[in-house]
Amino acid sequence: MGAALARAAQWTAAGSGTGTLEITPLNESLLNQIIKFAEDFSTRHPQEAAFVFREPLEWKTQLGCSVFEEGYEIHGATVQSEAKGKDGQPLLLLTASTLRVRSFDQLSRLLQIAMEKKLKEAQACLEANRDPIMKILGPECGTVEGEDMSMLHLLEKVKKDDDPETEMKMKICLLLHQLDLQLLSSSLKHISQDVRLNPAAINNEVNLLKNFSGKGEDTVLESLEYTSDYMFFNGCRAPPWRQVHGEICYLVIKPHDTDPLYITCSTAGVFLNGGKDDIDYERKSDVYKDIVTFLRERSPRFVENMAKQEYNFFKEPTYEKNYQRMEVVDAKVSGQSQNLYDLTEKNVCEKVKSSAERRRSIDKKKLEPSMKWKNTGKTSGRFEDISESSSETEEDEEQPVHHQEGNTDLPSEYWGIQKLAKYLKGGNPTATVIALCSMRDFNLAQETCQLAIRDIGCLEVLINLLDTEEIKCQIGSLKILKEISQNTLIRHAIADLGGLQIMVKILDSPDKDLKCLAAETIANVARFKQARRTVRQHGGIKRLVGLLECISVGSTSLTPYQSKDTEIARCGALALWSCSKSTKNKEAIRKAGGIPLLARWLCSSHANILTPVVGTLQECASEPSYRLAIRTEGMIENLVKNLSSEHEELQMHCASAIFKCAEDKETRDLVRQHGGLQPLSVLLGKSENKQLLAAVTGAIWKCAISGENVSKFREYKAIEALVGLLSDQPEEVLVNIVGALGECCQEQINRTIIRKCGGIPPLVKLLTGTDQALLVNVTKAVGACATEPENMITIFKCCMLGTCFAFSFYICSQILNNSLN
Amino acid sequence: MIKIALCFACVCPAGVTKRRGLAGPAAARPRCQGSGDAAAMSRKRQRQQLADSLGRSAKHFNKREVERLIKLFDTLVAESSSRFAAAGFDRNMFRDTLHSAFGMTDDMIMDRVFRTFDRDNDSCISVVEWVEGLSVFLRGTLEERIKYCFEVYDLNGDGYISREEMFQMLKNSLLKQPSEEDPDEGIKDLVDIALKKMDYDHDGKLSFMDFEKAVRDENLLLEAFGPCLPDIKSSMAFEQKTFQEAYKL
Repeated sequence: MGAALARAAQWTAAGSGTGTLEITPLNESLLNQIIKFAEDFSTRHPQEAAFVFREPLEWKTQLGCSVFEEGYEIHGATVQSEAKGKDGQPLLLLTASTLRVRSFDQLSRLLQIAMEKKLKEAQACLEANRDPIMKILGPECGTVEGEDMSMLHLLEKVKKDDDPETEMKMKICLLLHQLDLQLLSSSLKHISQDVRLNPAAINNEVNLLKNFSGKGEDTVLESLEYTSDYMFFNGCRAPPWRQVHGEICYLVIKPHDTDPLYITCSTAGVFLNGGKDDIDYERKSDVYKDIVTFLRERSPRFVENMAKQEYNFFKEPTYEKNYQRMEVVDAKVSGQSQNLYDLTEKNVCEKVKSSAERRRSIDKKKLEPSMKWKNTGKTSGRFEDISESSSETEEDEEQPVHHQEGNTDLPSEYWGIQKLAKYLKGGNPTATVIALCSMRDFNLAQETCQLAIRDIGCLEVLINLLDTEEIKCQIGSLKILKEISQNTLIRHAIADLGGLQIMVKILDSPDKDLKCLAAETIANVARFKQARRTVRQHGGIKRLVGLLECISVGSTSLTPYQSKDTEIARCGALALWSCSKSTKNKEAIRKAGGIPLLARWLCSSHANILTPVVGTLQECASEPSYRLAIRTEGMIENLVKNLSSEHEELQMHCASAIFKCAEDKETRDLVRQHGGLQPLSVLLGKSENKQLLAAVTGAIWKCAISGENVSKFREYKAIEALVGLLSDQPEEVLVNIVGALGECCQEQINRTIIRKCGGIPPLVKLLTGTDQALLVNVTKAVGACATEPENMITIFKCCMLGTCFAFSFYICSQILNNSLN
Repeated sequence: MIKIALCFACVCPAGVTKRRGLAGPAAARPRCQGSGDAAAMSRKRQRQQLADSLGRSAKHFNKREVERLIKLFDTLVAESSSRFAAAGFDRNMFRDTLHSAFGMTDDMIMDRVFRTFDRDNDSCISVVEWVEGLSVFLRGTLEERIKYCFEVYDLNGDGYISREEMFQMLKNSLLKQPSEEDPDEGIKDLVDIALKKMDYDHDGKLSFMDFEKAVRDENLLLEAFGPCLPDIKSSMAFEQKTFQEAYKL
């Protein structure tokens, strides 16, 4: 009993002298066991019950005189038992409110009398007598930390003198020890169920709740704040002298429906403290295993609104960070999860995870949208499938890898942006413009800032600003949107919030800056199918094409006025480029009269407008109507001209447009007539830019379908260059190179050239590849080479050097088959 | 206000052809054909001379446009029939004009615009000040407009826009939020934000250099402390109303 009381029982930490027992489930069960022990003592051990304590157990009782009936003598406020000790003193004496009890017999009778108050009495008794055993049996039996020698002392005494009293003491001592053990083991059970909170878990929970707190009807709480901003290195906010009591931090929680709650989070759980201005550390409530459980008890509105939040969980993946963390925490604190999260969080997490997975799978097919060479290169060297869309796939957006630091701490930018958001929301246009300009000083290219803007709710405000008449606010807002729409998540959010419709409307504005910004932002946002459709459905394509309409093309030196027009056209072309990845949009651009305008801008000499124009053209060249137009409107000449540009991106788009258009014989002839074959051959030297190389080799391949072109290529030493590129190239480049060589091999002289410059071994080696499109082209090329007897020998030699004879024969038979066809 | 609206109505009768020829404020306007303009010839000789000289000095208007502006000035002054009728606009009239023609509402800013127009500080805008002021107001280059805006915002004319001046100009810029502790705190924070953005030399106030650099960096900051220039729509509408008739004549 001693050990159990000293160790297991939870004494209030405050006040070192006479502590009080806290009302915790553990203490309650301890007290109940002690009461049961004492109550049953007189019946189970009648002899020992008569034993008179060395000193009386003395405490302040709440029992009045009136409860004592039979067996007690009542004189005014004094009650004494009829039973007396040997010394004639009553075994129970109540004077004023002080009760003295000197035997178990009296103790058990007292508890029976006390009825429902027995818990209080027992508590008071134990509080007043911190070591009851010492009082009952004498100081030699007091509870000592460490080895308890009292039993041995008694045993020796019993042996020495045959004193029956000592024997009695011994028995009582044994009984009490038994109780002690019983208490300890049962409290152990309690403790093992006990929650041990840690600072991280609390911090997570607080952050989670903060997400759902704030002004408004639907938030779960009005506010939730730590009382101290300072955090010690161990994550606790409680002062060190309170940390020794296991306290971690203190919170002030303002629910919607009750007064502010001042709570303590300790390792044992969460409870109400004395609160108000200075923290009164005294515990004022039961201990709960976490804040949510605590709040569910205290605030009905909290429960109600928490249930509503479920919907928001799905809508805003922002919180996934918190969720995942919470789950981890839950797992750590086992048995702690029968709370609200179970209802909502588990399935939320699953959803969040699955969407994250989906995102990852999209990441895998990360490819520049305009560069789907694999698609175009496939299908047996023919080019049928280009008439389908070259670019449009279900989700053809390049997705940035979404980093999520495991850090729940909000970055400093978050607060800065939040401060500015206040002025966006509640300021007049002047204040709004200052806030918008200031917001641009944040690094908007950084994902933290981008997401902060979204999470704070700024995105809605920015989009709402677009819908106002205030041009300055519109411009300021678009300047931010343009930057942050580099982020996929933001793009989707802008589209979801209806931003595209408004931006399309803005394209009609008389303000040129505004038009430019809107078009540029549309160019950023319209990188996914849904957005492109929205732009088209709201008449965006027509307006964007309209931006291309202006007077000054071609001139080299521009007046400021003209350069503004060029800028508008550039932005329009950028947006059209993004939109042109959808087949229907290509059609819409054509119908809106975009082709002649694009053709006009193609005559320009400024790379910054040429790049989006040619980009759009090459994107649209997947449509036969465009290919026809490119040929008939004389665009080939300009495409060829820009092959010699200084800008690799522009060169690439030109080459890729030629790649797609050169399927027609007339186009191929035009390329040759405009002198395009030489720059193409020269560009083979830029082997480090793989995208450019893929486009150039593709163009060469298609151009080489015409015999005249092949002779030209031979003249420009393109065949040697192609052979030189046969090793260490990505497949999309190899497909084109081998395709081109295959076309060249139609002429005997070229077959010899290929052999002489050592092209056969690498070609044969490529036969072991697995890429179908490549294999088709390789067999064709090798097959064509094999028509030359000398080449045949080389091919056989190479095959024999290969790993497997059977395979070599298989290949040879394939080659022969192919060459027979 | 209604009075002024009527003035415009008489300057620009309803049904004037909707001509969208005013492509932009900086566009050089072709001189009107010849001088055989009967209506103009019949004007007072004095006004004619004034128009001639102003046509040369106010570089963003041609002579015809100057004439139209003078005519508008005369009409407005005559309509007002106030004590200053002879001399020109007084403060209230000018304010009314700014309000009805350009939708300006901020009294303090309008006062400052008046003072900026009123070069000789006689509390009355003469016809010369009117035309020259509008030249910057409607068609000023960025440089001119920066200078103009700075003058408007420099309330005490000491060459600096101080923290206090910003506070004055921005004090009504926040919508009242009932739960807000101290609305002044929000304004002070806003002033800090503006200073952080524009005070390049970190002396706690905006010099003309600071202001110019900030505006060149970010044109939106031109009217950082309140609208003191017409927005594109109202200035186009004003030009159309005022100058359209000139082409008809």
